[in-house]
Amino acid sequence: DQVFHIVPETFQQVQHLQHLCSTLLLDLWKPQLPEDIRTGEDLHISIPAPLVQEMKDSLDHHMISYKVLIPDLQKLVDESMPKERRSPRQVPEGYLYTQYHPMEEIYQWMTQIQKNNSELVTQHYLGKTTENQEMYYLQISQPSDKTKKIIWMDCGIHAREWISPAFCQWFVKEILQNYKSDPKISRFLQNLDFYVLPVLNIDGYIYSWEKDRLWRKNRSPHINGTCYGTDLNRNFNSSWGSVGVSYNCSSEIFCGSGPESEPETRAVAQFIERKKNDILCYLTIHSYGQYILTPYGSTTKPPSNSEELMHVAEKAAAALMGKYGTSYKVGSTSLILYSNSGSSRDWAHMIGIPFSYTFELRDNGTHGFVLPVDQIQPTCEETM
Amino acid sequence: AAMEVPLSHGLASRAAALATGYLCYRRGSPGRGLALRSLRRARRQDIDDVGHKYYLELELEDVLDKDSTVNCTAEVLYHLGNKNIPPDVQFTLDGELKNTDEADNIFYNRIKSLEKELVAENIPDSHGNVPPEMEPIRLLAWVASGYVIWQNSTENTKFQLAQIKHVKQVKRSDEYLEFDYMILLHDMVSQEIIPWQMTVLWHPQHGVQVTQDSRQPKHVSG
Repeated sequence: DQVFHIVPETFQQVQHLQHLCSTLLLDLWKPQLPEDIRTGEDLHISIPAPLVQEMKDSLDHHMISYKVLIPDLQKLVDESMPKERRSPRQVPEGYLYTQYHPMEEIYQWMTQIQKNNSELVTQHYLGKTTENQEMYYLQISQPSDKTKKIIWMDCGIHAREWISPAFCQWFVKEILQNYKSDPKISRFLQNLDFYVLPVLNIDGYIYSWEKDRLWRKNRSPHINGTCYGTDLNRNFNSSWGSVGVSYNCSSEIFCGSGPESEPETRAVAQFIERKKNDILCYLTIHSYGQYILTPYGSTTKPPSNSEELMHVAEKAAAALMGKYGTSYKVGSTSLILYSNSGSSRDWAHMIGIPFSYTFELRDNGTHGFVLPVDQIQPTCEETM
Repeated sequence: AAMEVPLSHGLASRAAALATGYLCYRRGSPGRGLALRSLRRARRQDIDDVGHKYYLELELEDVLDKDSTVNCTAEVLYHLGNKNIPPDVQFTLDGELKNTDEADNIFYNRIKSLEKELVAENIPDSHGNVPPEMEPIRLLAWVASGYVIWQNSTENTKFQLAQIKHVKQVKRSDEYLEFDYMILLHDMVSQEIIPWQMTVLWHPQHGVQVTQDSRQPKHVSG
């Protein structure tokens, strides 16, 4: 389809054009109605592809000059629409951070990110999942002679919370695109290293793409393969198995056969334990609900640095709200949500990491886990 | 005497979710879904031998037009002991809800004139997409799920509609539209995903009715 631009010069031309509009049922963009076509005034008219030649012939025959304003309307429409999913896609030139990506694409993305930003980013092996998938985190670290404190962030501990891995990827992209130009980010990197684990529960995430969108746990088999999955966020060694869990594999909050029974839990816990003296802040990203949660879930007794924890969280919630007005509630899990034991956030705090938070991203329940892609950008921007 | 409950407290947000579900059922249509924007105030009263009563001040938003909000007060009474009695909910809306007659009638006529019964799956899809022509079908499920949520809530549950697995229109000889839905409810407290079947009747002048509903066994994962 094409769009023509014509300026009629005589009344006969106007009449002819009006005639063409009505007989060929053409789509008039400007003016709105054929009766408003005037000599000396712009006419924009859209012509379906099969009629383009006929139109051109008729205009030539009547000595009406025209210009092709848009030679391919469909192409223009396609370019302005969000890209359709095509697989497999190269990454990250043109990597779309406003789409959800399956695990193979996230692996490719990590490799590319390190390759394209090798002065800042290194990819590190953490361990293997139940189904033998390799777990990697990205270390974002500005070369310096001083040892820096670490901020650890993991995403995707629960498979169905797709906005979470999307946020980790967004976060990395933002840091890397802006660390030279944004003074805040550049100051962060002078003093801190970021360690980002984009998908913790890889097996579960893959399962939620291929088999069951609302899957939560990992994919460890129990009872001779008649039941699958441990809730990784009930599997850490923080008052494990005491409250807010189930000992039954068929439950979504099954805590596993023992603390750190799952390879994914062990891979993360062993690493963080080793580095704990340098880790300033532990962040774990979930959805949904719009909360910033502080320790503990296993008891209502507040942590030792409770005031400071709350203060920082409240400032974060205020900053978040400042962006798009999204309101986040702040407080300890046991009061705001429910009791739960074995969470990674509680465990991180218990082993001595002073700042430990769970973020529950958008939304409030209208879409829940199945957050539409058009909310990826605003969610990530405000959380950033 | 009723005591203030901190707004962020889990119990307050569960009562608010329940009240919202009930309200949505009573006032919703394929052209209007209501969701909780914020909880303004919550008080709780323990009534001996009866149960726990919550007094709530809520702000609700129109799912299709987030800028359109309405305030509301609600009372929720969870009955002690007997788990089979659904909570009592009463509410008062402080203001008018947007009139959806036109959209409702367009949808009604569209479905009435279908030659083959409407059938659809996975609304929204995995990426959160809902085709525009399915939006009223989705909202109708949202409204009807308010009934199921109301009937099955306790102080230890917080339900939300997670997804429509399947919907099938059932042709009727009378003026009502009938849809057979299989939905998935998410309970925030247990984190469970619960399949639920519901038969939904609707007519623009007669509102939404759930004539039959049943909890389905959890599909055991392989």
